[in-house]
Amino acid sequence: MIVARTGNEAMAEAMRQINPDVVAAYPITPATEVVQLFSKFVHDGLVDTEFVPVESEHSACSACCGAAAAGARVMTSTASQGLALMHEILFIASGLRLPIVICLVNRSLSSPINIHCDHSDTLASRDAGWLQIYTENVQEAYDTTIQLVKIAEQALLPGIVSTDAFIISHGMERVELLDDKEVPKFLGERKVEYSLLDVDNPITIGCLDLQDYFYEHKRSEIDAMDHVLPIIEKVQKEFGDKFGRYYPIVDEYKMDDAEVAIMAMGSTGGTAKVAVERMREKGKKVGLIRCRVYRPFPEKAMLKALTKVKVLGIMDRSDTLSTLGGHLYNDARSILYESSTRPLMKNYIYGLGGRDISIEEIETIYEELFNIKKSGKVDKNIVYFGVRGE
Amino acid sequence: MALLEIRWHGRGGQGAKTAALLFGDAAVETGKYIQAFPEYGPERMGAPVFAFNRISDEPILQHCGIKRPQIVVVLDPTLMQTVDVTDGLPKDGVVLVNTQKTAEEIKKELKLTTQQVYVVDASKISNEILKRDLPNTPMLGALIKASKLLEFEPMLKSVKQRLEKKFPTRPDVVDGNIKAIKKAYEEVGE
Repeated sequence: MIVARTGNEAMAEAMRQINPDVVAAYPITPATEVVQLFSKFVHDGLVDTEFVPVESEHSACSACCGAAAAGARVMTSTASQGLALMHEILFIASGLRLPIVICLVNRSLSSPINIHCDHSDTLASRDAGWLQIYTENVQEAYDTTIQLVKIAEQALLPGIVSTDAFIISHGMERVELLDDKEVPKFLGERKVEYSLLDVDNPITIGCLDLQDYFYEHKRSEIDAMDHVLPIIEKVQKEFGDKFGRYYPIVDEYKMDDAEVAIMAMGSTGGTAKVAVERMREKGKKVGLIRCRVYRPFPEKAMLKALTKVKVLGIMDRSDTLSTLGGHLYNDARSILYESSTRPLMKNYIYGLGGRDISIEEIETIYEELFNIKKSGKVDKNIVYFGVRGE
Repeated sequence: MALLEIRWHGRGGQGAKTAALLFGDAAVETGKYIQAFPEYGPERMGAPVFAFNRISDEPILQHCGIKRPQIVVVLDPTLMQTVDVTDGLPKDGVVLVNTQKTAEEIKKELKLTTQQVYVVDASKISNEILKRDLPNTPMLGALIKASKLLEFEPMLKSVKQRLEKKFPTRPDVVDGNIKAIKKAYEEVGE
């Protein structure tokens, strides 16, 4: 069914079709609508979900952990400070291998207080052991929400599907929704090996784990992250074969003959695709690498993409506040260290707190990358694009 | 149809965002690709606000703000004194204003030469039919007439469905809005 939906509406629809066993949530702008709409589905009897309106995001994530440990299919939604307040529990979810899925709206972190888009919230949680998939538009947000439930349950890892605040969360677009019956069929039942509620086979979850075994358990969690990419690929392919929409791990756009390229995440990927088209109309061979699966970082696929060009502009809608630039930039530099071919790289931090990034601005970045290609050197590795006073 | 961009000017509470969403919804019903989004600033009742649409026969990829709209819709004529409503409008752009004035008068007021100007007294229509000054839905009717972007009847059907969803217990509100849209569609002039 083709309809017009905002990102929040589409993610709420996906949750309705997924029909999770438990949703525990606390509202926060700009993700409030996701759960608000979902709570209406609960009220109207359209889902069988046990809906738990808790008193904070810390409690939301905790309730999700308890339910997931009992074997339930569990989802929630949050943004920004809400995710930050969950931070402590995020590690508990991943450490206990609980496949919770968060529909997340990317909003900057305070202070200064701001409700608009940047990726600092999810990136501050990048080391929490959660899968992170960043989406470009409403359709992808909807599709990925459904895919991620299946991926998370197969990998026994929790996951975050990310959408840009307001740009996607409150932006209405044309979306194709799947048939209500198709989604549960695609997902199947959650199969649990161990459940807290299986009284015939009692187990302990979350017990003290000291010098003798903690390290082995942590190592097995890292191992799960190491083996999740094939699961993501498999689920994405199944989804594509069934519903006709295929998603890659790394979204390469016009990269095969590109001389210079930028890398970006989220809705900027779409804007950059238009910039690529305009540059190519002027005869300039440019490409785009959109990082869709960010955690785990898809080293092999990313390395293949990054080394296709001589010059790379890495666009980060976040800063690590470490003097080393943005998150994507650091990941890209890290995987290129062992590579025999290394492109020249420049880091463009942009769009913090929701500052708009236009097609023309991205074109100026491409022009600058061509200048770097010509001169063979990067004068300044990290720049703050579009900020006043520089 | 190539990509076309629309900017709605209103005041907080006048329904600029709702109008953009209704337009987007209706456009999807007729097979178009669309975007509809408000500009979220510090929202206050009465403060100037913007909402936007993109419409195309092809998938729309960009997610940046709209700076050079081909069509501008002004829900509140007093905005023209404080907001540059024609900012970024091309020479062959279209301006649609909710006003008691004539198109010629508006053209002079906005210092426009080449652009097309359409006017309709949407506030009067709204006051008459809905007993409140809510110009957004009648302006939607006027926009369809002025822009010829969508067919009128399918648009009307889509708006009706969405309003019925929003006001399930108020058929009077739904019917009033539909009547106001029809009236503005008939009355809008160059």
